[in-house]
Amino acid sequence: MKLLVCISKTPDTTSKINFDSSGQNFIDNGVQYIMNPYDEWYALVRAIELKEQFGGTVEVIHIGDAQSEMIIRKALAIGADSAIRVDYIAADSMDTATQIANVVKSKSYDMIFLGKETIDHNGSEVGGLLAGILDWPFIAYVNKLSVQNTQATIESEIEGGIRISQCNLPMVISCAKGLAEQRIPNMMGIMNAKKKPLEIVQPIAFESKLKINRFELPAAKSGVRMISPENINELVDVLKNDLKII
Amino acid sequence: MSTSEPKVIKGGEFIVADTPFVDIFIPEEMTEEQIMIKSSVKGFVDSEIKNYGSKIEYQTKLMDEAAELGLLGSHIVEKYGGNPLDYYSNTIILEEMGKGDASFNTTFAAHTGIGMLPIYYFGSESIKLKYLPKLCKGTYKAAYCLTEPGSGSDALSAKTTAILNQEKTHYIINGQKMWITNAGFADLLIVFAQVNNSEFTGFLVERNTSGISMGEEENKLGIKGSSTRQVFFENVAVPIENVLGEIGKGHLIAFNVLNIGRFKLGALTMGGCKACIDIAVKYANDRIQFSQNISSFGAIQYKIAESLIRTFASESAVYRIADLLEDKYREEIAKSNSESIALLKSAEEYSIECAIIKVYSSETLSYVVDELLQIHGGYGYSEEYLPARLYRDSRINRIYEGTNEINRMLMINMLIKRAMKGTLDLVGPAWEVQKELTVMADNSIPDNAFGLEQRTIKDFKKIGLMVAGAAVKYQIDGKHDLKEQQEILMNIADILIDIFICESVLLRIQKLSIKLNEQEIKDYSSILKVIIYDAQFRISKAAQDALNSFAEGDELKIMLMGIKRFTRFPSVNIKSLRRQIAKRTIDANEYVY
Repeated sequence: MKLLVCISKTPDTTSKINFDSSGQNFIDNGVQYIMNPYDEWYALVRAIELKEQFGGTVEVIHIGDAQSEMIIRKALAIGADSAIRVDYIAADSMDTATQIANVVKSKSYDMIFLGKETIDHNGSEVGGLLAGILDWPFIAYVNKLSVQNTQATIESEIEGGIRISQCNLPMVISCAKGLAEQRIPNMMGIMNAKKKPLEIVQPIAFESKLKINRFELPAAKSGVRMISPENINELVDVLKNDLKII
Repeated sequence: MSTSEPKVIKGGEFIVADTPFVDIFIPEEMTEEQIMIKSSVKGFVDSEIKNYGSKIEYQTKLMDEAAELGLLGSHIVEKYGGNPLDYYSNTIILEEMGKGDASFNTTFAAHTGIGMLPIYYFGSESIKLKYLPKLCKGTYKAAYCLTEPGSGSDALSAKTTAILNQEKTHYIINGQKMWITNAGFADLLIVFAQVNNSEFTGFLVERNTSGISMGEEENKLGIKGSSTRQVFFENVAVPIENVLGEIGKGHLIAFNVLNIGRFKLGALTMGGCKACIDIAVKYANDRIQFSQNISSFGAIQYKIAESLIRTFASESAVYRIADLLEDKYREEIAKSNSESIALLKSAEEYSIECAIIKVYSSETLSYVVDELLQIHGGYGYSEEYLPARLYRDSRINRIYEGTNEINRMLMINMLIKRAMKGTLDLVGPAWEVQKELTVMADNSIPDNAFGLEQRTIKDFKKIGLMVAGAAVKYQIDGKHDLKEQQEILMNIADILIDIFICESVLLRIQKLSIKLNEQEIKDYSSILKVIIYDAQFRISKAAQDALNSFAEGDELKIMLMGIKRFTRFPSVNIKSLRRQIAKRTIDANEYVY
């Protein structure tokens, strides 16, 4: 099987999120970047498992500048065979999907894996857009996947139940919790990562229709106000006058 | 004192030679691979070791997982099943493991260090090919059987015997070993026994050989998750090809594997210190008394700052030694030595530094974990909370891999031996110091940002040389036998440790300062100032204690004046410096240096 995994870069989950005074730019001074966990833990690992089961190759693709190469090499250390980096900072999800699709068109893959979303923008858009451009089937939020010959059987959680689908390859899936278990790169993988091929590809032109006005942090959580169960009048007063709920 | 720049200074030479700061490795210079190694080991520690490491029933499972990650063979060449990494990377692994669990680290270190190294260093080619791949894969776990009920620090007086059978095919081992780590599940035992009652020799013994039995698990103060038992040998037949090294040369094995073991323990305990500081500062930031976070109190800030200073110092020395070991290793490889011989020789060369870091880091952890418990107050004394276990677990570090007292004596013995052999010139520099005492003091300060600190380290070295030189001179003159003067040896060892540690901090900060902004340089310089200020008092006292113990008359008077002359680092506002150091950690809510 020839598998492609799309990996994205996100701030570490413990990063402090701040924006500049214009509200349009994220201040990334001192921020540690990691591979998006959904891409790493589920998409990449499940692809590697399929390779181990059926043979073939796992390639990763990333849209970003040279500073992202550390996360690319981590993917190689975990077990991907080769990597492609489109040397470009994408403007939005459509841009990302367009750049990936452009690379995919010149190669042939049996499946494309992505995380269900990135943990910074939480857009959940690239998978669907990519499948749309390629005119391939797409299934989102996949929790279970098995492949037989050229057909995939897929389980994904939906509200109130599980949807089981069958789909012919090639296809695009976005991967969620349960699909695989995180793999920690071993020492040999880390030392070999630099020896694996990393192809740098130039982007194609794209005109973004997205305009960011400003980012805003969510309102700070207010403290908890404890009211004694005996003091029902105080509760009523708070709900009526302070919160104006009743 | 020499300021010439040999790229690699010899073992123990730091007492007389300067190290250019550009030559040392500092942890802030990790490569991309090393950062990834750190992150991988952290992942393993956080997800597995912290959850299961303290439980004895999980030790073999964790060892198997460590093997899968390539952590059991990271010091062994591919030919024997390893995946070799350099000293820096191996040190990073140990530091991260140190943040995990002391029980599992005992299991891990006993296997990879004293378990595997005797084979790697001294095994025949067929023995290496037979056992090392299994030990790297973790399918075999190793235990090291040296100590006996009657012989601990005096290991060579072991009573266990090995007698060659009539057919001359096997040695028959009889005896009893004690405090054997990994005994409960080991498949392979490194056993030391006396051949012909006097030739101390190492053997490789498979656990399933007939005649081996085990005692119950020892009820220890700490590291309760590690397996520690007695091992009994009753007519255990070991094939002659399983002799390690030469008959009667077991001491070479026993002592050589301990050198690197001491360095590893230094790195592990330093990692442990960082983990303790993280817990301490988080608790101090959360705990409210008198309507304030207790981290806002000066008494607590003192504890956090002091824990941090000593840990930073330990880290600086650990990576400096890793660098020395790596340079020596490469030098030996360039001389066409095998990787195992290069590893052995590098550890042997820096055995003094390995002993220093074992003592300093283990005593730093003792301090840090004690303050961690203290910061937790009553909660610290309860077994319901983590500090109590960390406190108990830490205590063994000052006992195993050679007690800290043995290590202190060793470092001085090794230093004197090298001076006697002529591999290290101590006499010339010691004589220079004596001459300097007869002329006016030179109060000039080197013209650079850290000139004062540089001069102070040189002063410390002069005190060290003066005291050690005088002690040796009295020995040569037959006025005392240093073997009988352990207190003096301890004093000199303490001076030696302070010199190496302070210099390591200076070199690291000198190198780091090129990359830092003004505020950061101020923060780091505060660490340097406090540690030098404190060391000056310690060195002064240790030197006076030593000299007052054996010198007399004018000679004593001149040397006491010498101590005064060489302790001229100025007074600093130690309280505000410590508060500044603590602030950065308290604000970040974790160890940040």
